[in-house]
Amino acid sequence: MAIEVNGKTLETDEEGYLVNLNDWVPEVAEIMAKEDGLELTPEHWDIINFLREYYEEYQIAPAVRVLTKAVGKKLGKEKGNSKYLYALFPYGPGKQACRFAGLPKPTGCI
Amino acid sequence: MAKAKFDVPELKEEVDVPAIQEGVMAHLAPFVAAKDHQTDLNFPPELVDDWHQKTLEKMDDLRKRYRSFQVFLDSCVKCGSCTDKCHYFLGTADPKNMPVARQDLLRKVYRRYFTFAGKYFPKLVGAKDLTRETLDEWYSYYHQCSQCRRCSVFCPYGIDTAEISMAAREILDSVGYGQKYCNEIIAKVFKIGNNLGLPGPALADTLEGLEDDVFDETGIEVKYPMDQKGAEILLITPSADFFAEPHVDGLIGYGKVFHEAGVSWTLSSYASEAANFGMFIGSYENMRRVSRRIRKAALDLGVKRIVFGECGHAWRVAYSFLNTLAGPFDFLDPDYPVPQHILEFTWDQIQKGNLKLDKSANDDMTLTFHDSCNVARATRMGDRPGGQLEIPRNVIKAVCNNYVDMDKDTIGEKTFCCGGGGGLLTDDLMEIRVKGALPRMTALKNVMEEEGVTHMAAICAICKSQFTKVLPYYGMDMDQIVSVHQLVSNAIVLTGQKPGDDGEEAAAEEAATGEAAPEVEV
Repeated sequence: MAIEVNGKTLETDEEGYLVNLNDWVPEVAEIMAKEDGLELTPEHWDIINFLREYYEEYQIAPAVRVLTKAVGKKLGKEKGNSKYLYALFPYGPGKQACRFAGLPKPTGCI
Repeated sequence: MAKAKFDVPELKEEVDVPAIQEGVMAHLAPFVAAKDHQTDLNFPPELVDDWHQKTLEKMDDLRKRYRSFQVFLDSCVKCGSCTDKCHYFLGTADPKNMPVARQDLLRKVYRRYFTFAGKYFPKLVGAKDLTRETLDEWYSYYHQCSQCRRCSVFCPYGIDTAEISMAAREILDSVGYGQKYCNEIIAKVFKIGNNLGLPGPALADTLEGLEDDVFDETGIEVKYPMDQKGAEILLITPSADFFAEPHVDGLIGYGKVFHEAGVSWTLSSYASEAANFGMFIGSYENMRRVSRRIRKAALDLGVKRIVFGECGHAWRVAYSFLNTLAGPFDFLDPDYPVPQHILEFTWDQIQKGNLKLDKSANDDMTLTFHDSCNVARATRMGDRPGGQLEIPRNVIKAVCNNYVDMDKDTIGEKTFCCGGGGGLLTDDLMEIRVKGALPRMTALKNVMEEEGVTHMAAICAICKSQFTKVLPYYGMDMDQIVSVHQLVSNAIVLTGQKPGDDGEEAAAEEAATGEAAPEVEV
């Protein structure tokens, strides 16, 4: 599979995740979100950017608790929970937001 | 929640045995493993040219290696006992999801090539030629079995469909036709140490965060140590416990129990996974390779005991096979079970009166318990038969005031699988996961309506993740699933913790010491 971004064809896996992390540009997130019927707001971008920064440091997406805590600190306690993240990313913050952020899909018993 | 691209079964008071619908699930098959995931596990990268010969050779090898496998293929008398016992049949109506029919997919080939009658009179005994389509059919339907072994409870001959399904997957892997989900994950364990691919620094960061959280909540410094040489206990837990919810709430609970018990313990960044997907794919070699990591970690860290966290199939591998796969464990303390389940540990502490428990902390919930298939039907806890069913309930009842069991035909050794076990917990199999959850969802809905149950506790990472995903398909809430040690964690009053201690007091203490939790930038 592949997606077209800025006239370039970027390879994705069967589930739509970028095969090469370095292919990512912000438009990737915009295009993937559009395909999922979502319009990205600054709130979405807060999460996507955090995921990318965390990944850069740890080579893995942050655990749900790490993410909710970080969101709670930045945006207020009432938003530091999974419900808020699911409202932004209905297919799950771990999976959908990671895909938009160009990160590999988290695997395992999750 | 995601809209389903398939019909979600309607919940009724009882699960009706459906009228069969031939071939209705034939379209479903998981993604095939990439070449490098295959070779990481010492399997051929893709379907080999001589698959016909290699398939039969592997089948011959397995029937000679595992006597049980051949006995299971030989002894079925088609009595029909198993037909309505599989959650996937009940949820899909596809007759090939009846355990007997699932077994027959392999049995018909076995008969054709390995039995006298099948070689000479194939039509009389249901023997069929092995074709390329046979492999696809195996690939599809042996990935619609969660190896939960409920059918075997009802089989008068004790035929274990899980073992046949494992053998089928082993044969498929050996000819280069493996499943992406399982094989990618096993490769991650070899390369990074756990299913999720969490490297050491990410684990350390997560554990540090948990220490902060528990301190903020209770004002007590509970440690979540990693790679601590000389600790008494090595905790082996599913990596989902570091990553997902409600799993992590269980991990917090284990740490509190160890803290109150006054024992030293540690996690290992090398063996940071309890799960062993080698069992799901029937690969003794890979199951052994994963298990040996635990032995190495125990030796390197010099621990005296090994305790397993809440993970269903891991407990089967640990309880039933660990000594064969990675023993002897003569370097561990013989006064304790090798290995021990965290629930055995906690129950022992509760009985000794070492834990101060405030049951009212869980009064906002009425609980029920989902027995995980591998724990219920393939293991034991404690020193009495049935301990694996009693001890989890004893612990829950010790920490909660409100507990009710679900319908007796859906719990204990007759428990229904969550629908996501055995290597099926992947999005590409969502249809079978949702449909297979029907019997459990029905039983849960009934106790919600009749007994006011609000939450269901589980002791398996797969069960917890599966329910988080499928509950919303049935109109229920994803947070209705909780970890058993999450309930323990809620109820424990730590030594020195003032009743009603909360974040504010902890924060005041923090201000006094001048130490603040590290800031996380969003």
